[in-house]
Amino acid sequence: MSQNKHTKEPLFHIVKRGSIVWWKAWLIRAAAIVLALVVSGIVTYFLTKEDPLRIYATMIDGAFGTERRIWGLLQNISMLLCVSVAVTPAFKMRFWNIGAEGQVLVGGLATAACMIQLGDKLPDILLLIVMLITSIAAGAVWAVIPAVFRANWQTNETLFTLMMNYIAIQLVAFFTFKWSVPKGSGQVGVINRLTHAGWLPSIGGYDYLMNIIVVLLLTVGMYVYLKFTKHGYEIAVVGESENTARYIGIPIKKVIIRTMLISGAVCGLAGLLLVAGTDHTISRDTAAGRGFTAIMVSWLAKFNTLFMILTAFLIVFLEKGATEISTSFGLNDSFSEIITGIIIFFIIGCEFFIQYSVKRTKKEAAK
Amino acid sequence: MKRIASLLTACAMVCSMGLGLTGCGKSSESEEVTKKNIKIGLICLHDENSTYDLNFINAMEKAKEDLGLSDDQVIIKSNIPETNECKEAAADLVDRGCNIIFADSFGHEPYVLEVAKDNPDVEFCHATGTMAHTENTGNFHNAFASIYEGRYLAGIAAGMKLDEMIDAGTITAEQAVIGYVGAYTYAEVISGYTSFYLGAKSVCPSATMKVQFTGSWYDETAEKEAATTLIANDCVLISQHADSMGAPTACENAGVPNVSYNGSTVDSCPNTFIVSSRIDWSPYYEYAVNCVLDGKEIDNDWVGTLSTDSVQLTAVNDKAAAAGTQAALDEASAKLKDGSVHVFDTSTFTVDGSALTSYKADVDTDEDYTPDTEVISDGYFHESEYRSAPYFDVNIDGITQLNTMF
Repeated sequence: MSQNKHTKEPLFHIVKRGSIVWWKAWLIRAAAIVLALVVSGIVTYFLTKEDPLRIYATMIDGAFGTERRIWGLLQNISMLLCVSVAVTPAFKMRFWNIGAEGQVLVGGLATAACMIQLGDKLPDILLLIVMLITSIAAGAVWAVIPAVFRANWQTNETLFTLMMNYIAIQLVAFFTFKWSVPKGSGQVGVINRLTHAGWLPSIGGYDYLMNIIVVLLLTVGMYVYLKFTKHGYEIAVVGESENTARYIGIPIKKVIIRTMLISGAVCGLAGLLLVAGTDHTISRDTAAGRGFTAIMVSWLAKFNTLFMILTAFLIVFLEKGATEISTSFGLNDSFSEIITGIIIFFIIGCEFFIQYSVKRTKKEAAK
Repeated sequence: MKRIASLLTACAMVCSMGLGLTGCGKSSESEEVTKKNIKIGLICLHDENSTYDLNFINAMEKAKEDLGLSDDQVIIKSNIPETNECKEAAADLVDRGCNIIFADSFGHEPYVLEVAKDNPDVEFCHATGTMAHTENTGNFHNAFASIYEGRYLAGIAAGMKLDEMIDAGTITAEQAVIGYVGAYTYAEVISGYTSFYLGAKSVCPSATMKVQFTGSWYDETAEKEAATTLIANDCVLISQHADSMGAPTACENAGVPNVSYNGSTVDSCPNTFIVSSRIDWSPYYEYAVNCVLDGKEIDNDWVGTLSTDSVQLTAVNDKAAAAGTQAALDEASAKLKDGSVHVFDTSTFTVDGSALTSYKADVDTDEDYTPDTEVISDGYFHESEYRSAPYFDVNIDGITQLNTMF
């Protein structure tokens, strides 16, 4: 390794693991979470002098404390999951779609437009169908524009999709002003508050159940699509190597455009679920950063949509818990973000130890 | 292995749902509400980093002290957006046993209203909203303050500064142009800058005003840019209706006097800050909480005034203000209190060259902005009398809107 005998060998070296038994991987993950909790406990104690255990208990209470909170948790998980599922096919193809925020927003905008313009003109069923079509179309169009440019002219999809976000945000800002009630307030307010026209129906009295079921179906559907269909295989090959894909005769342009159409369509659907299913309004906050958080959820789950149920749960649980901490202890929101940051750092960091193993350097090995 | 993991998760989800279904069932409390057991909730759009929300949080702290309540009787939820999250937050406060719940942002209104309808035993008080008087649910209320009076007084301080500059020969009477950074072309903003302008005009008759809108209630960059644009357009004094430090900072950098809002900015702008008007919400909080304690009804629309100490001016910064400003403000304040002066006195302004003798305002909010209530009588525009939130949205002569797309 080194000619110079005096060079000091490091005590440890890093070796890439060939494979790892599943229980070992999970043991590492569990250890990471325990460590994360210990470290954030220490940080908590030194920053606030509060009992860390009480803080963790408060987080759990914030997420599961009441029936309403559990429903809120499930609703938030499903919305984050929906966007994560949406970005996944593109990511699997190594197409860095960071425009989900904008794609969700235009989907929501299209939904809101239908609710406002057609709310009193169409019967409810017809209105819902029109909303479904327009929101999916809007999201798909927003995603396919950068895809076409990338497929034909090799433009940088990261920048392109990012810029599309700003256009979407400004479009929403423009329309929220135009539709604002009262005049000039910049707030659309709850759309069709009295007639409920275009609101997604609640199932069995549970407002969020509809969203949850739709997203669960989508998640399973996307899993099957990516894992067991020809399309899914093509996506994987294009993602691994475009040259290989070309060699075995996969139409790359077609795959890129088709995949982004799907990605955008699901984002548009997420916009529909947010606007017609929960918020019943549209504003710049409608997507609430989910388009970006979804990237993390999708990566953490290694693009496996079923895994994403777990990672989305983790992120939403941390968010809900963090909010509860700031309310109960009168701490600023920034504090809970520190805790969230520490925990996510450990969780992402532990993947390193799953990919690589740290070995003690033996004397002989230094030759 | 992945399948096992997802199966487990699915199970966990289903279980927690099952638990949720059987878990709750709120028991109706018949216990009498006293000072010992009353619980208050407050929903804030941002946290204490926003001057707007800080003003509400401070007022709640003050009310808590004045009423002699303990810390755990007040629950403050911050960073609640104007979406379904607000409904969740309000309902969660109900679950925690709050007897009265306040919300601080305009866009919270429809969500709070929805929760109010589901919980007739809990009182809901929404600041800046417009729907209480038409909804009439009995437990949903709006509140505001006659901040236009505070703006008018702040305008007097501005006018005196302009007079001082004219007297010193720095500017001519025609160059007395005020710049104003507004958020939206919304009645609350229009009412605010018009009363400010009328205050300035009452002492500096040649004053005119230019208004630049930002299209956001809180956008530091846009507000700073708007103020800079106004200064470049020959405005010699700036005021703002937006919640960041953008405009005051731009003024301090350019050495242009500034009349601030929501609280004193003298610490960051020692050379240019003149005075600031703000609403103190603690009188309202105390009023509403006392109503609950005494079993009285809370007004559908409550308007705090100079007399209730809801409308306040900060200390005048002598370094930037004209001499004698404080005395003039005290005198004008007394006249507003006793009703001998009205801010929107129709003899003090014109619209398209003629006096306003009749105006129908959109007091009952609807999607078509239908004008529904005659608001001019006895020679003045009756602001905040037919509902608490302002509805003065007339463009008067002397004020130019530079951009109206917002």
